[in-house]
Amino acid sequence: MIPVLLICIPLFTGIIACFLPNAKTAKSWALLASIATLAVSLLSIGLQKSSSQLMFDASWLPLLGSRFTVSLDGMGTMITLLTAISFPVIFVGTYQNSYQKPGAFYGLMLLSQAGLMGVFCAADLLLFYFFWELALIPVYFLCSIWGGEKRIAVTFKFFIYTFAGSLLMLLGILYVYMQSPSHSFAAANVTNIIWAEGSQNSVFWLFFIAFAIKMPIFPFHTWQPDTYEQAPTAVTMVLSAVMVKMGIFSVIRWLLPMFPDASAHFSHLVILLCVIGMVYASLIAIKQDDVKRLIAYSSIAHIGLMGAAMFTANASAIQGVMFQMFAHGINVIGLWIVADVIEKQTGTRKFSELGGLAQTSPSLAILLVIMALANIALPLTNAFIGEFLMFSGLFTYNVWLATAALVSIILAAVYTLWMVQKVLYGENKDVATLTVKLPVGTRLMLIVLVVVIFAFGVFPQPMINLTTGMVSSITAQIK
Amino acid sequence: MNTIILSAILGVVMMLSSTFINDKAAFKYIASIGLALLFVFNIAESYGFEIFTINTRQLLHFTKFGLLFNSICILATLLFTMLSGRDIEAVGSYVAEYFALIFFVLCGVGIVTSYTSLLMLFIGIEIISIPVYILTGSDKRNLKGNEAALKYFLMGAFSTGILLMGIALLYGTNGNFNIIRVSRDIQPLSYLEALGLVMLFVALSFKVSAAPFHFWTPDVYDGAPTVFTSFMATIVKVAGFAAFIRLFESRYGNMGGQTDRLIGLVIVLTLAFGNLTAVFQQSVKRMLAYSSIAQAGFMLFAVFALNDVAKEGLILYAASYSLATIGIFAVLVKMKDYSFEGFNGFAQSQPLLAGVLVVCLLSLAGIPLTGGFFAKYYMLSAAIKVGNVGLLVVLAVIFAAVSVYYYFRLIQAMYFKEGTVNFPAVSTSFKILMVMAAAAIIILGVFPYTLLQYLYF
Repeated sequence: MIPVLLICIPLFTGIIACFLPNAKTAKSWALLASIATLAVSLLSIGLQKSSSQLMFDASWLPLLGSRFTVSLDGMGTMITLLTAISFPVIFVGTYQNSYQKPGAFYGLMLLSQAGLMGVFCAADLLLFYFFWELALIPVYFLCSIWGGEKRIAVTFKFFIYTFAGSLLMLLGILYVYMQSPSHSFAAANVTNIIWAEGSQNSVFWLFFIAFAIKMPIFPFHTWQPDTYEQAPTAVTMVLSAVMVKMGIFSVIRWLLPMFPDASAHFSHLVILLCVIGMVYASLIAIKQDDVKRLIAYSSIAHIGLMGAAMFTANASAIQGVMFQMFAHGINVIGLWIVADVIEKQTGTRKFSELGGLAQTSPSLAILLVIMALANIALPLTNAFIGEFLMFSGLFTYNVWLATAALVSIILAAVYTLWMVQKVLYGENKDVATLTVKLPVGTRLMLIVLVVVIFAFGVFPQPMINLTTGMVSSITAQIK
Repeated sequence: MNTIILSAILGVVMMLSSTFINDKAAFKYIASIGLALLFVFNIAESYGFEIFTINTRQLLHFTKFGLLFNSICILATLLFTMLSGRDIEAVGSYVAEYFALIFFVLCGVGIVTSYTSLLMLFIGIEIISIPVYILTGSDKRNLKGNEAALKYFLMGAFSTGILLMGIALLYGTNGNFNIIRVSRDIQPLSYLEALGLVMLFVALSFKVSAAPFHFWTPDVYDGAPTVFTSFMATIVKVAGFAAFIRLFESRYGNMGGQTDRLIGLVIVLTLAFGNLTAVFQQSVKRMLAYSSIAQAGFMLFAVFALNDVAKEGLILYAASYSLATIGIFAVLVKMKDYSFEGFNGFAQSQPLLAGVLVVCLLSLAGIPLTGGFFAKYYMLSAAIKVGNVGLLVVLAVIFAAVSVYYYFRLIQAMYFKEGTVNFPAVSTSFKILMVMAAAAIIILGVFPYTLLQYLYF
């Protein structure tokens, strides 16, 4: 029942929220709804042992062989927990922001959460495709209505890009369906097809392109910086913290188990693309003059590492990816919240116009530095655990590729510290306007995030225990 | 049989009613009642109730598929009449006659969904076409409409000639008009037979506006009174596909790959022409004309695949495409400005109708949760089931992605751009009907079997 609740609470509260006229009611309604979802999600951790609660199965399209099957395994619990945490944090962290038509804004936010939950819970390939598309539609409207100046064209590019990818995936799904002996979309069925030698290869790409666009992996990343920049910050947080994880999650949940041979066959190429993307995005990040764009490129680099680690077929690397999915989501929300506060209060997010904020706003400075250090995966922060595991796996796969990937970690330190330096230190160009006062809610949420960052940086074991079963089943399937 | 005879009778009734009734507004209600009656009797026939028992001497054969197809066409016409009845009254002074012509078209639909003889195919196609020629030119003061009607008539007459020639060649080789397959094995075609079949294919392609026989479509759809464009682009078009699939599922179907290449080529051309040209349109009406060509490309997959999945898909496609297109046209008719800019700010002034239009457009684009998704899904899976179609389906989905561009332009205009819309006040019943249409599209998109079960009861 738990996965159904995770989907239905945001779905129905979202529909109701669309009709709330008042900004205040809409905000509190959305916050309450997202806290309810979080409560259910926390409950699912406690219920890990009783699998009947974590699974729901109902007849949907009997003649097509598709059922409404949703379930939560360790990885699903982890990623739905991330989704459930993100939304209240985002709502509180951006509480002071005001939107035109607030009811519609918060309604669409909740609907996108419903779509995301569906993607992470679906255990039926066709159902998965449904949710995959449905998560996109609310985000399209959110970015196009409330985004920045160039929002319409940018969001449209994003939409067509991802839609083209998902149509290719639809073809892949149909092909897999035709190949499956019992003609059903159930996860257990599509991952157990006996393929003829080499016949996986073309279908692999149909799926991979869809996932690679979503992540995004070089060279499919061009929609991402523009969209992150133009989208309203609350939506950017959803996009970068949770939505890009759809791609990574789906590779582990569907692509690797369905096409183990093709994944191994193309792993060199995919990892090479990921590593190129990491170095390339890091180099571009150094050149950025805009906080949002810098975080966007830094995000591409982080995702690139996860993409590379997934395809090593190494248990510790895949464990690292699972851990890092969660860690990156938490850290990037923190960065976005800080960036949003700075932009809202100083009116700019350009490094050339910022500076000296450490003198005027010391608490902001402390929080930003912690977020920045988590972004470059310093020990004691949660990202360190994930990156360490991923790199150890990557090294056993290929030393040269791992070394190239390490370059991007050094570059990450360069651009992140550069950002800290330019925003917090240096000359304060105009002391009167350049002060940032953290609103209570924002401050609270940043502190919560900092606690989470350190907690998982020091005690990673609970999270690893949660996902370790999934890791061993994946690695067993690949080998 | 019920549909064919009853719709002919109702057509005559409509025609004569104008002598007794002077109130223009009354015809809409008479027609709606007539259509509802027609629908009931068509359903009754699929349960075995026939008013007229006529020995058709193997000219007609009624199947579940054909009757379900009739039901969809009749229901779509009913929706069209109830939504746009007012606008039909605005076209000209012969309102009763317009409705009579619509009933005659339905009579033709009844024939093309059930023919087993090429003669009946010819008669059915002509019964559909001739009223449509007249409806195209019904606004006599409009020069563009006159041009469109003449163009359509001349081109249509030409394609009728080709159809007839094809039938003659098939008759010449077989000695009869019958299309029922005699033996299960595939026989090689003789040259004359192949030529005849190609001619039939060309003529029917013309009727459903498949490329490269689509050139009349934009001009005719654009020139005709907008209400009748809605009717032509939906009911008339999907009826053409019913004729198509009946012909090719008969003895002339599945010619062991002899026809695959030809149909595949036509599909790709149709998708390419329709989608790529629609991208550049400035008028929503013309965009919908090209979009109807593009959608025809997808429907042709049914003719390509010719399996059970394809037939189910065609039913779904006919229903969801008709609902969505009629919905969009019902709003478009009432607009003063047909350009995309004319819709700027539409969501502000008409939030409910804008929401319905979004559902319709998402359905045409084939986004999940709408009927259009399953329609495309079935078409693609029918094609993949045939096998060896990698390039064809990949091209098809790429063009489907292109189609998002022009459908979403309308959403962008309505929601993301500022402007004032000159839209007349509409009645509550209009809004309720529109919401019902949107609800039907969504139901088809979640539970397609609510419709498809009628193929198998």
